[in-house]
Amino acid sequence: MSAVGVTKSTLLKDLRMEWRSKDAINSMLFFSLLVVVIFSFAFNPTAEQSRLIAGGLIWVAFLFAAVVALNQTWARELRNQVLDAYRVSPAPPNALFLAKVLGNFLFVVVLEALMAPLFVVFYQLRSVGPVWQLVVIALLGTWALVVNGTFFAALSIRTRSREIMLPLILFPISIPALLAMVDATTSILTGESSPDFWIKLLLVYDVIFTAVCLLLFESVLNAE
Amino acid sequence: MKPLSIAFIVFTLALLGFSTYQALFVAPTEQTMGDVQRIFYYHVPSAWVAGVCFFVNFLASVAYILKRNSDADALAAASAEVGVVFCTIVLITGPIWARPVWGIWWTWDARLTTTLVLWLIYVSYLILRHFATGSQTKLLAAVLAIFGFVDVPIVYMSIRWFRTQHPSPVMGGGENSGLDPAMLHAFLWNLLAFTCVGIILVVARYRLQQMENEVEAEHARLALAGGAR
Repeated sequence: MSAVGVTKSTLLKDLRMEWRSKDAINSMLFFSLLVVVIFSFAFNPTAEQSRLIAGGLIWVAFLFAAVVALNQTWARELRNQVLDAYRVSPAPPNALFLAKVLGNFLFVVVLEALMAPLFVVFYQLRSVGPVWQLVVIALLGTWALVVNGTFFAALSIRTRSREIMLPLILFPISIPALLAMVDATTSILTGESSPDFWIKLLLVYDVIFTAVCLLLFESVLNAE
Repeated sequence: MKPLSIAFIVFTLALLGFSTYQALFVAPTEQTMGDVQRIFYYHVPSAWVAGVCFFVNFLASVAYILKRNSDADALAAASAEVGVVFCTIVLITGPIWARPVWGIWWTWDARLTTTLVLWLIYVSYLILRHFATGSQTKLLAAVLAIFGFVDVPIVYMSIRWFRTQHPSPVMGGGENSGLDPAMLHAFLWNLLAFTCVGIILVVARYRLQQMENEVEAEHARLALAGGAR
């Protein structure tokens, strides 16, 4: 099977499993809903204030929610020694990795699409700047979180207390991406400055870390 | 311990005493900041040692991934630990200096924030080393070290943009930058002394890690021999 074939079949398998169980998307949705409600109680912001803090709020909620999906990525492949089977098969490791990244990317993007209206309603958000740029930021930012997250999930699955390990190694590395996402979102919502630098930074971050992940995934998969 | 290492340790101790004397008594008192500026002679050399340690950690990690040599991994572990220690010293001496001079303990300026993120990344590296089990530890740690090292310039760029009010570098900066020669003298002595301390710590930790590896290998060998009986 070609690399594209492997990616496609793994991705379709994951999507089908998620469609039938809806484990990841339901827990992510409920989790970010809780964050929206709790933050709203905690800060009780006016429309003007929420425009300033919403960027941080939205992305922190999505970051924490994404960890839920990321932690499940490889866990189900451990049962029945699927990963070992994959290791001895001639299929290219990066095809498997890309399938997992694309799957997580789709889950988190769907989550963001479903949650965005709720944020708008609860925080009375009205953007001053161009809204279409928010879509660009969401796509680039989600890729930044998910590509490293999927990779680190593969790392942390081989450690003790793996569920807690993933955020501990993912968050420090993700700080520049998170900063870019939050600041770009805030500058669009308030319309005070241009998000161009942040979008470029996200693009650079995505390219660099996608390359590093693809370079190193094979050795992580074969780690023994 | 080999006589050479003992000689080096004695030399370093003498050097430390001399450089401390230079920093506290010989170097002139700074005009506006006063005596508190003398923390500079510890703050900057610590940052230098931490930086070198993290760089060594990166090189050793790349070497491990390419060669799978457990000595390279021992060096990576040793340099990361010592680097975190010196980075912690930087993060502690910095606010002590900043409070009387800037009037605040902390500001989210580019270099401070980058140092803090650097510290966070390498602490997470040490946590991973602690939690990973078995022989995979070395590879997983090496992989994370590469991610951390690649991340640092991006962190610096992003935070520079985020907070542009950072103070210009004192050394190698613009026209009015540069140290008083007497201060530079004391500074260089301290830099040398701290570098020697860093080398001693890394080498000692490296040997310890090697011994741990040997003990582990011996355990594995005994277990295999026991299984064969």
